[in-house]
Amino acid sequence: MKQRIASLILFIFGVLTPYSYGIQRFPKPEFETGYVQPQTSMPSARLEFLAYLDVAVLVLALSIVSWMVLKKRSRTGVFWISMFSLAYFGFYREGCVCSIGSIQNVSLAIFDLSYAIPISVLAFFLIPLIYTLFFGRTFCAAVCPFGAMQDLVAFKPQPIGIRLNTILGILPYLYLGLSVLYAATGTDFIICRYDPFVGIFRLNASFGMFVFAGILLASGVFIARPYCRFLCPYGVILNWFSRFSRRHMSITPSNCIQCRLCENSCPYDAIDIPVQSKDPESKQARVKKLILISLIMPLMIVAGAYAGLILHEPLAGIHSKVKLAKQVLNPPKDTKLADTFEMQAFKSSGKPQAQVYQEALLVLNKYKQASMILGGFLGLVFSLLIAGRMLKKYNPDYTPNKGRCFSCGRCMDFCPIKPGS
Amino acid sequence: MQNRRKFIQTAFRGTLLTGVSLLGGFLIFRPVKGQFCGLDFNCERCDKSQSCSLPEAAHFRQTVWQLDPSKCIQCGRCATECVMTLSAVKCTHVYAMCGYCDLCGGYLKPDTKTISTAAENQLCPTNAIKRKFIEEPFFEYEIVEALCIGCGKCVKGCSAFGNGSLQLQVRHDRCVNCNQCSIARNCPAGAFSRVPASQPYLLKGIEQDSSSKPAKS
Repeated sequence: MKQRIASLILFIFGVLTPYSYGIQRFPKPEFETGYVQPQTSMPSARLEFLAYLDVAVLVLALSIVSWMVLKKRSRTGVFWISMFSLAYFGFYREGCVCSIGSIQNVSLAIFDLSYAIPISVLAFFLIPLIYTLFFGRTFCAAVCPFGAMQDLVAFKPQPIGIRLNTILGILPYLYLGLSVLYAATGTDFIICRYDPFVGIFRLNASFGMFVFAGILLASGVFIARPYCRFLCPYGVILNWFSRFSRRHMSITPSNCIQCRLCENSCPYDAIDIPVQSKDPESKQARVKKLILISLIMPLMIVAGAYAGLILHEPLAGIHSKVKLAKQVLNPPKDTKLADTFEMQAFKSSGKPQAQVYQEALLVLNKYKQASMILGGFLGLVFSLLIAGRMLKKYNPDYTPNKGRCFSCGRCMDFCPIKPGS
Repeated sequence: MQNRRKFIQTAFRGTLLTGVSLLGGFLIFRPVKGQFCGLDFNCERCDKSQSCSLPEAAHFRQTVWQLDPSKCIQCGRCATECVMTLSAVKCTHVYAMCGYCDLCGGYLKPDTKTISTAAENQLCPTNAIKRKFIEEPFFEYEIVEALCIGCGKCVKGCSAFGNGSLQLQVRHDRCVNCNQCSIARNCPAGAFSRVPASQPYLLKGIEQDSSSKPAKS
């Protein structure tokens, strides 16, 4: 009873003392009945070697798909591997870690010297790139669970025209640029944040995520693989690597006979229509165009960098340190609104205000440089896209566009020439 | 024409391949800032293990998310922001710190009319704290993990009125180890960080040694 009263007094005392963490207010009890204190349970995380198992599965899947596409020329085989990838990387691994998201880890690791990137994540970033450099985008064909998912629903793909393809094709560059910017400055991993399919893989997500996934899958019925073509930031890198690939899937196993059967077979508008004449335009016109491009390019880059400079403050606005500094600087008039959790945490941490501003300024300076680089990069992308539209390349046969082709192998079945014939 | 194009392609391919391998090598062998290995052979407890480029140390680079209870302000966002619908953050009871109080600040609401353990007086919204009588005047409090939603109400009560033996932690059997933790993004106190997977838990009142070697299951 005495102890009970004592603890009651301490209880009241405790109410009066301000919040503090982990103070041994009450002594450790001495038990007389032989009671044994239970252990605090600390369940361990996923076993480490399983991360390397994922890498092994990745390599295996990439090898089999590349073989299926290039040697066996079997669309069915590619399809079944894509189902396996969907099951393993998608539903079993719940979409994490994926190569798309690993861009952010790599950019964070490059710029933040205190972050050591896990080897398995680095492997997920590099291995598909190396395979693409040799065999084309076989990763997109059947290893990426996102692609596999969208491939499943592409029932009635419609061609959307070169112009729309080019314009929407800018989006992935923008997305890539922003995600590298935010990852490198340690702000946020926006690819993971706005990942549409991970909610489906986990069967558990916020409402917004499901809506986004629903829109993508519904539009994916008519516009095949909308995420891959018009959003995927990893696709940008794969696109450029694939252009220089050593081998690449071909529509025909031997020589093209210009039968045009495959012309509309690609759901992704990735087949280049032949440009028959060797010199589609006069030399003079070509030189003129080249001069124009060389003038446009630096102009666009400078304009982009300038736009980045102007926009660096709004871009930095989502960084938590900048947000806090803004709140500290002008707290809302309404005291209820002003008492956010962030402000509570700031007050209880006992940091001086000057330090908050200092930290926010450092972040802003980082953003100034980074968003200028981002703007310049986007300017370069724009000018390259314009250049690509202006210059025509001699191309006598129906060939997959090495950059945009996902190596899914659908067009191969349309070719009347069979291997060995 | 065909030859020239091929040459350019090969040159670019070579450049890209070199670039990729340089990037990979750089990221693997670059030491982490402020870490330098002085050949301490007790690697399990080494705090520089993330910088180690020995193949045996590769697994030290695996990271998990950790909540630092000393920064936590128990705002309650852990319960709502986690991608899992019963949050992976749950209350963890450090028995070694507990005072086994009858009037537990983590179990009972502070402003009740009558002092009793009736349901309306209990702090936990999901009835996840089990109270057991041990001996006069001590009571044991156990967290039923299946019910705990990680709201931190009990943690707030315990750290304000008690010993602070109730602490929020990321439970790694439930955490899916997202690349970017969505609670970390919304944590007002910045209490979340990536830590080496070899030291997943940070609890006050428990020696770091025991937590650095979680029970291998």
